[in-house]
Amino acid sequence: MKLFVTYLIGVVFGLGISISGMGNPAKVLNFFDVAGTWDPSLAFVMGGAVFVAAVGYQLVFRRARPIFEPSFNVPVSRRIDTKLVAGSAVFGIGWGIAGFCPGAALPVIGTGRSDVLIFMAALVAGLLLAKALLQLNLKPTLRRPAAGN
Amino acid sequence: MTEFTPWASLFGGLLIGLASVLLMAFQGRILGATGILAGLISPASSGDWAWRAALVAGMITAPAIYLAFTGAWPQIEKPVSTPMLVIGGIIVGLGVTYGSGCTSGHGVCGVSRLSVRSIVATLTFMATTAVTVYVIRHVIGA
Repeated sequence: MKLFVTYLIGVVFGLGISISGMGNPAKVLNFFDVAGTWDPSLAFVMGGAVFVAAVGYQLVFRRARPIFEPSFNVPVSRRIDTKLVAGSAVFGIGWGIAGFCPGAALPVIGTGRSDVLIFMAALVAGLLLAKALLQLNLKPTLRRPAAGN
Repeated sequence: MTEFTPWASLFGGLLIGLASVLLMAFQGRILGATGILAGLISPASSGDWAWRAALVAGMITAPAIYLAFTGAWPQIEKPVSTPMLVIGGIIVGLGVTYGSGCTSGHGVCGVSRLSVRSIVATLTFMATTAVTVYVIRHVIGA
């Protein structure tokens, strides 16, 4: 039952991506091409989504806990660091090259199109590569305080 | 050229927002594709894996439902070459991992929670995407 509800939430998200045009790289890239074939549609997608989420979250957070789980699992970090900014900057470069972002590409896997699958495979490769790099990086930082003591 | 679709895009956006609110209400989670995908690839536990799999299964079903109602698949026009899809995909994977999120997690969920981290992340990637598109289309002329 819980999983079915979560499945339906996925359907709502996927329909949103399908109807809005977010899953269409041509539309996404045209949003950013103000100097060329500009298509402002994406602003309406983001505006609509942020509006509903902003109002809805206010209502949800009045509850002590979510319906299925004992507590909310929300990021609490407030640190603005190089990792956040550099990572986001790099993401934007990739988005500008490919025209797909992860949330838009996931639902349109369901169209079975090979270009979506190629992007998803490359995305997963990138995720795994980043994870491996982060782990490599983590070890020296973990050792350093021990060596200092 | 793509057609300007304010109403369809607004309606789709409302659904994306609704899904984000529902996931928080039921599961207590941020609807961020980066985090959901990362947890699906390397799950912390089987219980943590199941809801992610159910959510993604729902997402993937959606285009077929769209097809059933409208008689057409969601339109996908790919204005870039396959090597660009591959290179772009890898770069996106690296960036969203280091940046801890993408358009859904930072851009929708984080911004609507007024998370300063997410607002900074969103402004950053919107800017670099715009610059990248400008360089590719108007400087290099691809």
